[in-house]
Amino acid sequence: MNASRTLLLIGGTSDIGRATALCYAQAGWRVQLAARREEEARRNADDIAVRTGSEVTVHRLDVLETGQFESFIEGLPQLPDTVVCVVGELGDQQRGQTDLAHATQLLRTNFEGPALLLGSFAERFLERGSGTLVGVSSVAGDRGRGSNYLYGAAKAGFTAFLSGLRNRLAPAGLRVITVKPGFVRTQMTAGLKLPPVLTAQAEEVGRAIFAAAETGKSDVIYVRPVWRPVMMIIGSIPERIFKRLRL
Amino acid sequence: MTELSGWGRYPRHPSDVLSPSSPSAVPPFIASHTGLVSRGNGRAYGDAAIGEQVTLVTRRLDRIRAFDPATGRIRVEAGLLLADLLDVMVPKGFFPPVVPGTKFVTIGGMIASDVHGKNHHRDGGFGDHVESLTLALPDGGVAACSLTENGDLFRATIGGMGLTGTILEATLRLRPIETGWMRQQTIVASDLDAALEALRATADSTYSVAWIDCLAKGPSLGRSLIYAAEHATHREVDALRPGAKAFPPSRSGRLSVPLDLPPFALNRRSVAAFNEMYFRAGALKAGYPFLVHWNPYFFPLDGIGDWNRIYGRRGFLQYQCVVPTAHAGPALRSLLDRISHRGFASFLAVLKQMGPGHGDLSFPMEGFTLALDLPVSESVFPLLDELDRIVVEAGGRLYLAKDARQSPATFEAGYSGLPRFRDLRRAIGATGRISSRLSARLGI
Repeated sequence: MNASRTLLLIGGTSDIGRATALCYAQAGWRVQLAARREEEARRNADDIAVRTGSEVTVHRLDVLETGQFESFIEGLPQLPDTVVCVVGELGDQQRGQTDLAHATQLLRTNFEGPALLLGSFAERFLERGSGTLVGVSSVAGDRGRGSNYLYGAAKAGFTAFLSGLRNRLAPAGLRVITVKPGFVRTQMTAGLKLPPVLTAQAEEVGRAIFAAAETGKSDVIYVRPVWRPVMMIIGSIPERIFKRLRL
Repeated sequence: MTELSGWGRYPRHPSDVLSPSSPSAVPPFIASHTGLVSRGNGRAYGDAAIGEQVTLVTRRLDRIRAFDPATGRIRVEAGLLLADLLDVMVPKGFFPPVVPGTKFVTIGGMIASDVHGKNHHRDGGFGDHVESLTLALPDGGVAACSLTENGDLFRATIGGMGLTGTILEATLRLRPIETGWMRQQTIVASDLDAALEALRATADSTYSVAWIDCLAKGPSLGRSLIYAAEHATHREVDALRPGAKAFPPSRSGRLSVPLDLPPFALNRRSVAAFNEMYFRAGALKAGYPFLVHWNPYFFPLDGIGDWNRIYGRRGFLQYQCVVPTAHAGPALRSLLDRISHRGFASFLAVLKQMGPGHGDLSFPMEGFTLALDLPVSESVFPLLDELDRIVVEAGGRLYLAKDARQSPATFEAGYSGLPRFRDLRRAIGATGRISSRLSARLGI
C-alpha cells in the first residue's frame, strides 16, 4: 500500500532534506523534492532514484515567493500524503542587527515562508481528510539567545505556528509534527565547532523524522533525546540570570 | 590550516582545506586558488593528496546520477565512496570492473591513481573502464573528456594523481554478477619460483594474488599463498553452500584499533609468528574451492577500522613496485633477499601479476608487482633506497599513490611518459597552480 504514497520534501537540496527523502524512498514512497536551486535538487533526486528505484520528481519553489504557493501546489503531480519542510537559514546574526534586509530574509525564510506553505497544505489536507505535516524547527526557538535571536525568533514563531496548527487539526485526525534537531553536521553548520554528544548526523535526523511521522506518536521530537533535559535546564534559568550569560 | 597526512600517516603537512558541496562549486575554487590539489577519502598512503597550499576535499560530491541496468553503465560524482557504490550495486547484481585493496576510496581517487585490482592481468586498471569524465580545469573551465573528446587530457587524467584538475563526474560500466560470493582456491607455493609459476598458472582466473611471507629466508624465500577466485555462479553456490542467499549482507560489525600501538609491538618475532600461523592456516585450505563473501575476499583489512594505527604514531610506508616480466625473477629475489635479511616486519606483503598498462603517470606495466608495509624508522629509508636501485635497474617503477619518499631520479627513470605529462600540464596552465606535496617533491 506504501507504493502509492507520496512525500513532498521542501528544502530538497539540504543535507537533512536529502537524508529524509532517502528514508521515505527506501520505504517505497514516491518523492517530490521542492527547492529553489533545481539543478542541485536534481542531483539528490537522481541519487535517490538510483538507490531506491522510487520515482523522484523535482519542483522549483522559493519559500520567499509566497505569492507562488498556490500555483506551486496546483502544479504538483499529486497532492502529497506527507509534507516535510526542512527549510532553514542560520544567516549572520551580527549582520542582521544592522542590515534590515538580511534580518527580514532570516525572519521570512525561517518563519513566514514555511508557516504559510504548511498552512496552505493544511487546508487541503482538511478537505481531503488525511495528511501529515512535519516542520523542522529548532532548539534555538526554545529561548532567544544573543548570538542567534533572529534565527531563534523566527524558529520560535514557526514552533508556535505548528503547535497551533496541531491543536486545530487534531480533532480531524491529522498530525502535525515539530522536529527540533539540535546541532546537526550539515552544510549549514560547516566550519562550526559542535559538541559531538549533542550533534546529530543528517541521516539520523532523516530516520527520526520518518519514524516520528510514520510510526511514532510524539508531536514534538528532539532528534537526540539528550536535548530535552538540556533545553529544560536552559528554559528554567531565571531571566535575570539568563540575560547576563554570554550565549 | 589543518595538518594532513595520507593513510600511512607519514609525512604530515599543513594545508588549507576546502570542501565544496556540489560539482558546480568546484571551478570557482580552482580559479581562485593556487597550489591546490583535490583529495578524496585520503587513502593514498603518502603525500599525493595533500595540496601544497590548499586541499580540495571532494567527499561531498557523492551522488549517483544515473544507472542503466541493461548495460551496467553508471554515472557518478567523483567523491562517491566505492563502499557506498558496492552497498547499492551488489544487491542489484553488479560489481565494479576493478577494485583496489580497500573500499574506502572515492571514484575520483580511483581514476586519479588508476588503481588496479586482483584482476589486472586480465582486465587492466580502473581507468580502462572509465568511458568518460568531466574535469574542472586550472582556468576555471570544465571539460568533458573521453577517448574521443579531449583524448590527451583524458589519458593524462587517468593515473594523473589529480594534477590535471579535479575530476567532477565519471561514467563507467559495471559488470553483472550472479551472486555476491567468490569461489576461491588457494595454492601453496614453497618459494619464489613456485609463487611466480602459480601466478602465471592462475592467469586464466579473473582474480589472482599472492600473499607473500617477507620474513622467510633461504630455500623458503618468497613462500606464498596464491588466492585465485571467480565471482560464483548460482550453480556453484548451490553446490558449495546449499541454501545460501545469493547476495548475503556484509557483516557490519567492525573491529578497530583503538590506539596507536607502541613501536615494539610489531617486531621480527611477532610478525614471523603471525606469518607462520597465517601460512599454515591458508595451506590447510589449499586445493579445495570454497565460497567466500566478496567483502573479506577483496577488502580483508577494511574489517579492521583504523588499521594504520598498528604501526604507531610515527606512521608507516608502503612500498609498491612493479618490475617487467623479463627481469622479474632475479629482481624480486634480490628485493626479498634484502627485506628478509634486514628483518623489517611487514604483515602485508602482496605479489601480483600485471597486464600491460598505459597512461602517462599510470603505474601498471606488464610484469609483477610487490607491495609491502614498513613502519617508519631511521633505518628504513636507506633500505628503500637500495630497493629503488634494484627496481630501476630492472626497468620498473614505484606506485605514486603509495609513495612518500622516492627520489626524483627514481621517479623519472620509471615513468617515460613524464615529459609528455609535463607538457600537457603546461598547456592547460596546471604547472605550479595544481600541485600537491608529491608533485612538488618529484618536480611534476
